[in-house]
Amino acid sequence: MTDLPHEERRPLRVRLALYDLDAVTLLLVPAALFVAALFVYPFFYGFFLSFQPKAGDWLANYRKFFSDPFLYDTIEATLRLAIPATLINVLISIPVALRVRLMTRRRILTTLLVVPLTLGTVLIAEGLLTYLGPQGWFNRILSLVGIGQVRLVHNYTGVMLSLILSGFPFTFLLTLSHLTGIDPSLEQAAATLGAKARARFRYILMPLLAQGLAINLCLSFVQTFSVFPSAVLLGSPAGATRVISIAAYQAAYEQYDASMASAIAMIMGFVQLFVVALILTGRGFVYRGAVGSGKG
Amino acid sequence: MAIAARDFKELRLDGMSRNFGTVNALMGVTLNVRRGEFIALLGPSGCGKSTALNCLAGLLTLSGGSIWLDQTRIDRLKPEDRGFGMVFQNYALFPHMNVRKNIGFGLAMQGAPKVDIERKIDEALAIVRLGGQGEKLPGQLSGGQQQRVAIARAIIIEPPLVLMDEPLSNLDAKLRLEMRAEIRRIHDLIGSATIYVTHDQEEALSLADRIVVMREGVVRQVGTPPELYAQPAHADVAEFMGYRNLIRSHLDGGKVTVGGAAIKGTPIGAIGNGAVTVAIRPDDLTIANDGPVAVKVESAQYHGNSFYCSGRAGDGSELYFTTEHRVGKGDTVRLIADPKRVLLYAGAAS
Repeated sequence: MTDLPHEERRPLRVRLALYDLDAVTLLLVPAALFVAALFVYPFFYGFFLSFQPKAGDWLANYRKFFSDPFLYDTIEATLRLAIPATLINVLISIPVALRVRLMTRRRILTTLLVVPLTLGTVLIAEGLLTYLGPQGWFNRILSLVGIGQVRLVHNYTGVMLSLILSGFPFTFLLTLSHLTGIDPSLEQAAATLGAKARARFRYILMPLLAQGLAINLCLSFVQTFSVFPSAVLLGSPAGATRVISIAAYQAAYEQYDASMASAIAMIMGFVQLFVVALILTGRGFVYRGAVGSGKG
Repeated sequence: MAIAARDFKELRLDGMSRNFGTVNALMGVTLNVRRGEFIALLGPSGCGKSTALNCLAGLLTLSGGSIWLDQTRIDRLKPEDRGFGMVFQNYALFPHMNVRKNIGFGLAMQGAPKVDIERKIDEALAIVRLGGQGEKLPGQLSGGQQQRVAIARAIIIEPPLVLMDEPLSNLDAKLRLEMRAEIRRIHDLIGSATIYVTHDQEEALSLADRIVVMREGVVRQVGTPPELYAQPAHADVAEFMGYRNLIRSHLDGGKVTVGGAAIKGTPIGAIGNGAVTVAIRPDDLTIANDGPVAVKVESAQYHGNSFYCSGRAGDGSELYFTTEHRVGKGDTVRLIADPKRVLLYAGAAS
């Protein structure tokens, strides 16, 4: 071995490599450009546009939004859909994933559960409209057995059902992957130490799953918060399911006020950010390290 | 009140079997283990030793046979109802609990009073010599310390039986020797029975009161370490116990041919003239000027106080031997073995 030459005599390539920069790093460029062009630029464009209202001072759009109940109520309407839908999806995914994890033919069930992901919201909405509508098989059966019609579409319930159907596969897959990442020997160790199934879940699985569930809650929430097609197709877009994205859509394409639409989109973004920040703060109280055991 | 194993007389495995589909991982294992005994389950990977341990712990159900603790049949009990302590190969420490919580977990599950738990944790920490590390998370400990926590966690519930699944395989050589002594010390201290799975014959020889050698799901031999070391019952057990020279030969008039020379040996079991397998440890084959077997040295590994060599005999067979003298590649030496240390087994080994 020869001694290393003086620091300044090392080639640039070697010095860059010490910071993990090499030719392969260039492969990041297309992705970075893509993000900049389709996400960063439109975001800042909309941000500045929202401060250039058609009339009034620079805050006029925001003042208008927060003074008109027809507009600011959309926040509540959206949260009333997004929060329960997220919680239901994540909470149901836990027992299902716990069961599926132990199955030998996991792949078949996983495939079945994931099918709704491939269908898209519009197809699911169409299906629900047909099956659960006044002339659908569900209501016909209810009528036949004498219960009478139940209104399940064009209202809050319809949108909620659609959000659960389309959101569940996603949350389920995430929960399943977090769960299978937990070393099975931890549960076995707990069992040999006398912990019954319920205690193993409470003291071992749940704490180790918590960090994954927090991420899962965030992703699932962001997904349901931007609900649009199902709120229009399955809900009552002028009433209970007048969500914030509908307000933005109307501002942009019915009133042709791009500045106002941008302001609504910004408000929407900040509400999402607030909830996500809240969840991630809560994550600070749970264990966040490795979920394996021993030296990794 | 010191930590001591729950009292029992005997653990009895009666034809314990387990298959996975069409594969018989464990076939009719029968064994009696007394309180205080240290048993090593020894065998190459895939021999069924870990399956046996998991069956004992209740992590696998039996497909045949039964397990008895004195008069109680336990093979249908769930792991949480057996009360055995288990030390896993990867330690399986709960990563989100500190050392004290990990160790106290078993007692907390039994609903023991908090003061008792804390006192016993202190005691267990002292036994495994980890005082002062109680507040750390497992991830902050070294491999050897994690191993100690795993042992403390298993013994604090005062199990009649402690099960260990290759507990030293993740440690470096020096630590392995140190922990080997620790495991035996703790075993003697709490007085439980210990069943220890390993593929390392040296570990089994130095730790166990009795060794159970397994191969392809079957118990091949049960014996004390000296019995297994000196007189393996079968050629395959001999191979596993370090008899590296396994030579196919022919028994004729009390002599066998090794490396072209006729030498005497000791028959294991009743064998007559015909095909035999000759088993000799490299340690028992040494250089002597009047040795009957001439070999040409092919390699010589320096082992500090001796050389571990391989040589080629005139008939083409390869022989392993050790010597204290320096030998070089290409030298011709003459080898000799005590007939008592030349073991003969009926049939030709593979």
